[in-house]
Amino acid sequence: MIIDLEKFISAERPYWQELEGMMTRQEQDPYRRMDFNEIQRLHYLYQRASADLAKVNTFSAERDMRHYLETLVGRTYGVIHGARRQAVRFSPFRWFFHTFPSTFRRQWKAFVVGVSAMMLGCLFGATALLVDPGSKPVLLPFKHLQISPAKRVAQEESAAAHHEEGGPKGTFSAFLMTHNIRVSILALALGMTWGLGTVLLLFSNGVILGAVTADFVHAGQSAFLVGWLLPHGAVEIPSILVASQAGLILAGALLGRSMALPLGRRLQAVVPDVVTLIGGVAVMLVWAGLVEAFFSQYHEPVLPYAAKIAFGLVELSLLVLFFSFGGRSGARGAERRESR
Amino acid sequence: MNPADSFQGPVDHRLTIRTPEGIAFSLPLAGPFSRFVAWLVDISCLALGSKLASIVTNLLGLISLDLSRAISLILFFAISIGYAIACEWYWQGQTLGKRVMGLRVMDIHGLRLRFSQVVIRNLLRTVDSLPLCYLLGGVVLLASRQGQRLGDLAGNTVVAATGRLAEPRLDRVLDETHYNSLRAHPHLAARLRQRIGPAEAELGLRALLRREDLEPEARVALFKSLASHYKRRVPFPEEDVSTISDEQYVRNVVDVLFRK
Repeated sequence: MIIDLEKFISAERPYWQELEGMMTRQEQDPYRRMDFNEIQRLHYLYQRASADLAKVNTFSAERDMRHYLETLVGRTYGVIHGARRQAVRFSPFRWFFHTFPSTFRRQWKAFVVGVSAMMLGCLFGATALLVDPGSKPVLLPFKHLQISPAKRVAQEESAAAHHEEGGPKGTFSAFLMTHNIRVSILALALGMTWGLGTVLLLFSNGVILGAVTADFVHAGQSAFLVGWLLPHGAVEIPSILVASQAGLILAGALLGRSMALPLGRRLQAVVPDVVTLIGGVAVMLVWAGLVEAFFSQYHEPVLPYAAKIAFGLVELSLLVLFFSFGGRSGARGAERRESR
Repeated sequence: MNPADSFQGPVDHRLTIRTPEGIAFSLPLAGPFSRFVAWLVDISCLALGSKLASIVTNLLGLISLDLSRAISLILFFAISIGYAIACEWYWQGQTLGKRVMGLRVMDIHGLRLRFSQVVIRNLLRTVDSLPLCYLLGGVVLLASRQGQRLGDLAGNTVVAATGRLAEPRLDRVLDETHYNSLRAHPHLAARLRQRIGPAEAELGLRALLRREDLEPEARVALFKSLASHYKRRVPFPEEDVSTISDEQYVRNVVDVLFRK
């Protein structure tokens, strides 16, 4: 049996149009809140459109009509059934100082895996350079690292003495920020290669870091090295590690050994944490970029290495405190509220 | 399954959702070509946005060249990363390119998109675009049952084609002012409604809705074939139907079926 389609359409059209209007208004402003009467009306119209769709599916095969109603019901379904428990506006301060460190601690295992991969790379790079100094061009394929550390230090200190360290620092800082954030996003995205890409990226960065460190320490230029790297590296290197932590969390969900859930559910469970971590990394890298361009490039005699090292140590200590204790009081407060 | 589905032709990727009310609905998923064209539109918008941004930052160069270059770098980065995220969040799953192509990013369960889903599917473009021009993402999309690239898999999203949202124009086909000779035989008209299934009825209706798009020869052949099919299913007295064309006969049949 086929329903009287023309009569059906003319009877139901006003309700569909009303529902379409409500949906358009709702979609134009994601934060719009409906009053009680509007919610009741939306629910009624949704149920009516659903019933119409059921009728069309059962009694008629008019494809355009079915498609029209399916699209309408589909749009409304997302709003009716996807309602959050409470509409919360995003608070950047609370997110950075509470959610970000809490997420980091909750996912600490992935961070340890990332640190291990980078440490292995460091060990490999340092050993390779010390055992086979001829491998330096392969381990450190950058022009500014090819010269001997002593010569490099002399160049940098001479430039500082003649106040030649100036230059486009703003551009350099912006370049560092955007470049490092891109690398962090890559470290995260490579998590979709079951984590292999992320681990390789960390290992290769570790090789470079280990080789540079071994080169300067072996040449007796430890103070310059620490003073040069620590002010920005204290934030930059942990940032890359946290981005890789996010990638490894994705990889963990893909492999899914610890969770008896289908792939979609596993990914759904970790994605908010992954996004929180990469967002926090972006903020950290803005700071690291500013420090590297405006502070790290100044050397003795302009800035004593002791001051630079002290600055880096303070940063590192604050970062450790931030990740260890950030958001703990908020979490305890939330637990107390829940227990009441 | 609806009988009409057997007339859908080649493989038709759809997202099917069953609501708690017991209603099942399905949405067509976007194909790689329409997504590619949407991406080209977005790339053009990005290029235009970057050009406008560079004009503005060049003006800052009058104050400080360093500041102008720094802001230009940051703006370009923010636009290239943030454009799709901002658009898809604000327009509920649509960028300008997707709007033009009638596509929409949707949660795989049909629910409202969460911000984390929008962010992750766009950040993973980095890996989807490897080694160049979205080759990896394209291969994964073609292999995926629901047309998902890696970013969609991670975000639990799909891209649905929701462009056509026009009510069917039955008034172009069904006109109650026209005389319908088949209605002169109510018992045969009732038998027609009983014997013709929804899928066969839809064929006639769709042929009439699209008749203006057909070549004259194809139009004559199609309606001849449909009319002879309906005549075999329920024969009407020859004297009433011999004087009307095949197209008019199909029109009368559809009128009986869809308008009581």
